[in-house]
Amino acid sequence: MTKYGRLKNLFENKGPEQKIMSLFITAGYPDPGSTVELIKELESSGADIIELGMPFSDPLADGPTIQHASKIALDKGIHMDTIFDMMSEIRDQSDIPIVLMGYINPVLQYGLDAFFLKASKTGVDGIILPDVPPGEFPEVEALCAQYDIAPVFLVAPNTSEERMRIIDKSSRGFVYCVSVTGVTGARDRSEVSQSVSKFIDKVRNNVKNNPILIGFGIRTHQDAMAISRDVDGFIVGSALIDYIRSVSDQADWIKKTGDFVRELKYGTS
Amino acid sequence: MKTQKNSAVTEIATLPDNRGFYGKFGGRYVPEILLPALDDLNRAFSAARNDTIFQQEYHSLLQEYVGRETPLTYAGRLTEHYGKARIYLKREDLCHTGAHKINNAIGQVLLARRMGKTRIIAETGAGQHGVATATVCAYFGMSCIIYMGAEDISRQKLNVDRMHLLGAEVRPVTSGAQTLSNAINEAIRDWVSNVEDTFYIIGSAVGPHPYPLMVRDFQSVIGLETIDQSLKQEGRLPDHVLACVGGGSNAIGMFYPMLDHQDVKLYGIEAAGEGVKTPRHAATLTGGHPGILHGSLSYLLQTQQGQIAEAHSVSAGLDYPGVGPEHSFLRDSGRVTYTSVTDDEAIEGVRMLSSKEGVIPALETAHAIAYLNELMPRTGTNEFVVINCSGRGDKDMETISKYI
Repeated sequence: MTKYGRLKNLFENKGPEQKIMSLFITAGYPDPGSTVELIKELESSGADIIELGMPFSDPLADGPTIQHASKIALDKGIHMDTIFDMMSEIRDQSDIPIVLMGYINPVLQYGLDAFFLKASKTGVDGIILPDVPPGEFPEVEALCAQYDIAPVFLVAPNTSEERMRIIDKSSRGFVYCVSVTGVTGARDRSEVSQSVSKFIDKVRNNVKNNPILIGFGIRTHQDAMAISRDVDGFIVGSALIDYIRSVSDQADWIKKTGDFVRELKYGTS
Repeated sequence: MKTQKNSAVTEIATLPDNRGFYGKFGGRYVPEILLPALDDLNRAFSAARNDTIFQQEYHSLLQEYVGRETPLTYAGRLTEHYGKARIYLKREDLCHTGAHKINNAIGQVLLARRMGKTRIIAETGAGQHGVATATVCAYFGMSCIIYMGAEDISRQKLNVDRMHLLGAEVRPVTSGAQTLSNAINEAIRDWVSNVEDTFYIIGSAVGPHPYPLMVRDFQSVIGLETIDQSLKQEGRLPDHVLACVGGGSNAIGMFYPMLDHQDVKLYGIEAAGEGVKTPRHAATLTGGHPGILHGSLSYLLQTQQGQIAEAHSVSAGLDYPGVGPEHSFLRDSGRVTYTSVTDDEAIEGVRMLSSKEGVIPALETAHAIAYLNELMPRTGTNEFVVINCSGRGDKDMETISKYI
């Protein structure tokens, strides 16, 4: 496969009007046994990329929803090797691009080399580490290149244009555009404000080498379509986890989650 | 991981480098959103450091509002008790608001004003930094929000009442162990969400660059005064200098000006809680391993999987699973000796200083006092010891009452 193959193919084969939908879930939430099945359901319901969260005890860029999911997953004994086992199991059955997302400390304690080697062996396509912006931890970027794991970096509304170009240059796979300054979490959003569309224009003018996915605060199909109009797609995390939390005590919660995701992607028909 | 620079001893005091590293420790491991704010802060701080008007304003506030300089008090009965080296107390407990924390809060509030920030946030453990921040915000008429763990709110009620009286909003943090570390998480989340108008005043020598440097700078007045006073009162520098270490702000303020004076032996005393062999302690440098939390690489109490462990100490101000990155560097370089004392020993320390010298120390400070039992037998009668008496114990009376 070519470098960053699965992610690359996805964006190369995307139709001009098509929006890529990337979904974040916390590995092991609501319980470790269901993560693989959940990912398969998300894929068959329209997910194009899975961002698989590596839970951390102190998720300081996350709002209450992902804090809660991380805590449950950790309480249920999730750790890095469980996540790699999940990866292997998924890769036996699916070629959906998967990006690991989490904080640097558990990666560091696993051993940087060991982590990237294992990630590459189990078919991880990319990594998002919100507390490692470009330039602050060069070894991580070097290992990404060495092991063919796409480093996905974030741009925020207060990121300068010069910095956006650096982020574009450092990123592979896609650039994660954070639509609001704040922590993760679903927000009420009736329309895309003028300032957000100005910000998106600025990102498009400076991020030329990578596709752009926009996230933070998206709750519905309407939100997603409005905010991703001028970019390649969108990311949903907290809204999905909130939904899972609301149905997780029901026997058919995975199927219900699939319905929720289809609606996110295609709207209600 | 970065390889540790093999700094010659004389170079220690020139750290951090321009990227905020003390050897391999430190750095800026934060979300992208915070980088512009840290860049702005670093620029403003560097300019202020070299600006005589800023320095004058800072020092005149320390003199006229905080009540500096604080005395270096000879502890005669304590000295007599051990019958070895002479013991002195650097009286940070006599600062306005009752602890060294205000030295830093004043410096950072002046910076916030210079940067045009209108909203101040801070975290607090024991409440001393919260009270200091609320105090300077009242003095300057600025709005102030303090994040404090719910567990700490219940054990430091007096300080919570003080913050309310001073006009601050105290936001309880109910995640994790509901102590200092969780309060920092929540303050960072607030900062990420309100980065344009908000200044985050970190109270300890922790966090991303330039915070550890900035806190050290504003606290170095402790060590500088101690050097002057030692020269005046004893004609030379002390042989042994003790300070308690949670995040490490009072200790770095005391130690930093002395780093190049190799003859001065420096001791940082951590909280061993119920014992460093038990899971209930906060002795990060004694029992932890390097990792990344709250924006910098430093020693941390953590699981093998890199999840942050819950710290424990009878003293809320030391109850933190991390430590300032410069302390990690000083530990590995061997310049400072880090050790720890237990909750019970600290309570004994409170009793001892109170009864022998008429000074009721904060539970944090009491850890440094308690270490005298171990240190003093090894000292000589021609030597002298300085203890950084970082805060007073009124705030801890409820906790202390349970033991007496």
